Amino acid sequence: MHELSIASAVVATAERHAEGRRTTVVRLRVGRLRQVVPESLEFYFGFVTEGTVCEGARLELEVVPGRLACSDCAHEWELDAPAFWCPACASSAVTVIAGNELEVESIEVEEEACIAPR
Amino acid sequence: MHRTKVKVLEDVLDANGTLAAANRADFDRHSVTVVNFMSAPGAGKTTLLERALTGLEGVRSAVLEGDVQGSLDADRIASLHVPVTQINTDPGFGGECHLDANMVRSAIPSLPLDEIDLLVIENVGNLVCPAEFRVGEDYRVMVSSVTEGEDKPLKYPLMFRACDLVLVNKVDLLPHLEFDLEKFLHHLDAVHPGVDRLLVSAKTGQGINAWRDWLVTAATREHAGV
Repeated sequence: MHELSIASAVVATAERHAEGRRTTVVRLRVGRLRQVVPESLEFYFGFVTEGTVCEGARLELEVVPGRLACSDCAHEWELDAPAFWCPACASSAVTVIAGNELEVESIEVEEEACIAPR
Repeated sequence: MHRTKVKVLEDVLDANGTLAAANRADFDRHSVTVVNFMSAPGAGKTTLLERALTGLEGVRSAVLEGDVQGSLDADRIASLHVPVTQINTDPGFGGECHLDANMVRSAIPSLPLDEIDLLVIENVGNLVCPAEFRVGEDYRVMVSSVTEGEDKPLKYPLMFRACDLVLVNKVDLLPHLEFDLEKFLHHLDAVHPGVDRLLVSAKTGQGINAWRDWLVTAATREHAGV
């Protein structure tokens, strides 16, 4: 349900970078470790863009897989089940190196064609 | 008309993070330790607070109650003569499912920060959303009651990973349930290896002294702003 808040935050971020230009695409990177439901986010995105420069924009979601690294044996692996200890040496000193992302990667905006003076 | 790609690379919750840091600085300046207290609805947060806050040796506490609607929980805390401030997240209909840094910020002027050592922020009952929003807390404590099932750490890893202490509540009911405590703790350690945990019962009082001691230790720590 917090997807509504997140959708609002996505649009606020995009609007700030759009600087008034009509925005046609918003690209978002969402880590697997975030509890964001893409369908729900897309649903709310449609709502909260109404009346903004992002109205009608397409939301493109890239899901970033979770990756962990072991601080003891330097093993790195992709997280496919909620187990936060090293499968190589069983250490629990692990750090998340990918999968926590929740960022606007880029936006596409429309601009007047720049006509060079003759 | 042509299209231009604009690189953004900005965390969506940056604005919340900035406000949370501002809240934290205000709390530190007043030497107030802040606990963000979270759980599913009905896990026993308010009862565990009623139990713990009445006997905190040498620690002055207050509670910030976050609810979608109403002041039932706040009324219970107020009857213990603990200062309490209510935030309702419902602006008319629907209501937010979590507290965010801005809601807490707006409540700061009504908090008696000069007169307390510990502020417990009782979040909206929810295992998903509150984990995403920092509010300026020093610690995050969650309650998981044994009536919720032993699979919860696997289903809500973000919440279980985000917390510093897990209170396993309603353990008085264990003889009547099929809840496998060992399995629960195994799942907890898979998701958050070695996280502090206390087995408690708000009903019988089991573990309440340890919960109170944890709060006293947290409330007497050094503060960055002092």
